[in-house]
Amino acid sequence: MPEQRDTPGPGPLAAREEAAAEAMTVSSSPETARSLGSDAWHDLRRNPIFIVSGLLILFLVVIAIHPSLIATRDPLFCELGRSLDGPAPGHWFGFDAQGCDVYTRTVYGARASIAVGVCATLGVALIGAVVGGLAGFYGGIWDSLLSRTTDIFFAIPLILGAIVFLSMITLTGIWPVVLVIAALGWPQIARIARGAVITAKQHDYVQAARALGAGNGRMLLRHILPNAVAPVIVMSTIMLGTFIALEATLSFLGVGLQPPTVSWGVDISAASDGMQFRNAPHILLYPAAALSVTVLAFIMMGDAVRDALDPKLR
Amino acid sequence: MAETAREPILEVRHLVKHFPLTRGVLFKRQVGAVKAVDDISFELFRGETLGIVGESGCGKSTVAKLLMNLEQPTSGEILYKGEDITKLSGRALKAVRRNIQMVFQDPYTSLNPRMTVGDIIGEPFEIHPEAAPKGDRRAKVRELLDVVGLNPEYINRYPHQFSGGQRQRIGIARGLALNPEIIICDEPVSALDVSVQAQVINLMERLQDEFELSYLFIAHDLSIVRHISDRVGVMYLGRMAEIGTDREIYEHPTHPYTQALLSAVPVPDPEARDRRERIILHGDVPSPANPPSGCRFRTRCWKAEQRCADETPLLAVPEVLRDAEGPVRHPSACHFAEERTVVPA
Repeated sequence: MPEQRDTPGPGPLAAREEAAAEAMTVSSSPETARSLGSDAWHDLRRNPIFIVSGLLILFLVVIAIHPSLIATRDPLFCELGRSLDGPAPGHWFGFDAQGCDVYTRTVYGARASIAVGVCATLGVALIGAVVGGLAGFYGGIWDSLLSRTTDIFFAIPLILGAIVFLSMITLTGIWPVVLVIAALGWPQIARIARGAVITAKQHDYVQAARALGAGNGRMLLRHILPNAVAPVIVMSTIMLGTFIALEATLSFLGVGLQPPTVSWGVDISAASDGMQFRNAPHILLYPAAALSVTVLAFIMMGDAVRDALDPKLR
Repeated sequence: MAETAREPILEVRHLVKHFPLTRGVLFKRQVGAVKAVDDISFELFRGETLGIVGESGCGKSTVAKLLMNLEQPTSGEILYKGEDITKLSGRALKAVRRNIQMVFQDPYTSLNPRMTVGDIIGEPFEIHPEAAPKGDRRAKVRELLDVVGLNPEYINRYPHQFSGGQRQRIGIARGLALNPEIIICDEPVSALDVSVQAQVINLMERLQDEFELSYLFIAHDLSIVRHISDRVGVMYLGRMAEIGTDREIYEHPTHPYTQALLSAVPVPDPEARDRRERIILHGDVPSPANPPSGCRFRTRCWKAEQRCADETPLLAVPEVLRDAEGPVRHPSACHFAEERTVVPA
């Protein structure tokens, strides 16, 4: 190779002038370097829906980790003599059928609900992203195999499948519920991830990387994944809310979490007896309201994030 | 340009690419093939620009992908300095990739939106660590930005902060990073404004002189190809119709398709425009999945006879012109080749 290749001289003056002229089209302040991610963050900070749902989720996460910050009593300390009593000083939400403080139980219930939601979502996102990503990236026979497997799991009704599996399992605690939701909930994410990877794979910059000699690992990790992850994040956030509701549904049906675990689903289930509801509606109202607000917060957050990450709205 | 004494740096021999058409979801069976590239041969010499023109869907971009080894050819050879690169893999392929780079058509999708300009132009050095020692890379990237006429201070910006022309310069800088000998340009300016097209074309010409690059320049804009190319090949439906120097093709076309194509070039002079002859082709380009027998162009050609359906014309100097002198004598795949001036000089 000739030597001057390695030491290109400074470009001719004309090119520099062109560059100077073009520089005017880009706003010239040096701090304008922003990635799409920081652009999205910039948008999100101005979105009232994001702020409200974000604060709500922050609050819920904090009390899920430290319920004793706002509830000083023991959720398992109950006085049968005060069964179904209404609000009283120090017990503003009243007492449930066992005579336990509804306020304390509602606060402590956040932990189980959010733990199930977060863990199940992580599992779903992991399985779905790996299966969908591999199917989309390798295509061909792998795509056929993985997509058909996804379809099979997609065909299993979530609640029905969860009832069947959970009624066979004798373990207690949140892990069986998390595992069942993760095992049955991933096909939706897998489909989205597969579509996103196929879209990203066709972009010229992936071809450019291959033309440079990049291996599969580099193409996946540096080029495809960062550009395919947004829809998966959005979908996961929305699904997190529905998984919390699903945990409550399963607990209500008696196959999810079991007492003495404190969760909204367990409390709703215990409070939904017809006679009790007529005599003491407050014991159903509070855990149900907490559940609704939590699910709504996560779905609103997912919506806001989707809007911010959607390049078509820019 | 005299090219008799020179060795070709890239030689394409009987290149064929058929994309199979399949039916079925799990068990796929082949029901046909799209003959995107069907037996194409040409040579590229050091320091020259070979333009490839043709309408959409004629296989130009597939040729580019085959040359970049982004697609595997069905048959045929691509010789880089005498070595067939279609059968290379692993380390040997990576080494060849250093010398053949590509500039893409659409500057809006050819740059990863999540990487800074510095990372995009520096990626070639990460993939080929031997090309530049680690400490020098940042400086190299700044140098490349300067070479393509961009402010080196832009190194930390993201692609969406640039205009189309600036992005294409970034794409060119990435292509130049490894000091390649050949750059394949797949419609590098067709997505840009006319004024920006000129800037980018001038930049590419300057870089060619500076780095002794060979360009394979694919485009559908005939005037741009004429401006930048030393030689031009005209493609139609996966085959090369005519190939020659820019003067041979533009001033002395002998293939009816080239003549029709050239007669569609806008002429800026209104008087000359009225005098010139427009060749209007009828019908559409046939499907490459089911191309006509013999000459591919015969379904739309006013000269077509039975011979054109029976006999495939080869890309060679036509018999009738074999004794001719001057620029008329160049390869043209037509049984009835004859000169016809369609562009007023």
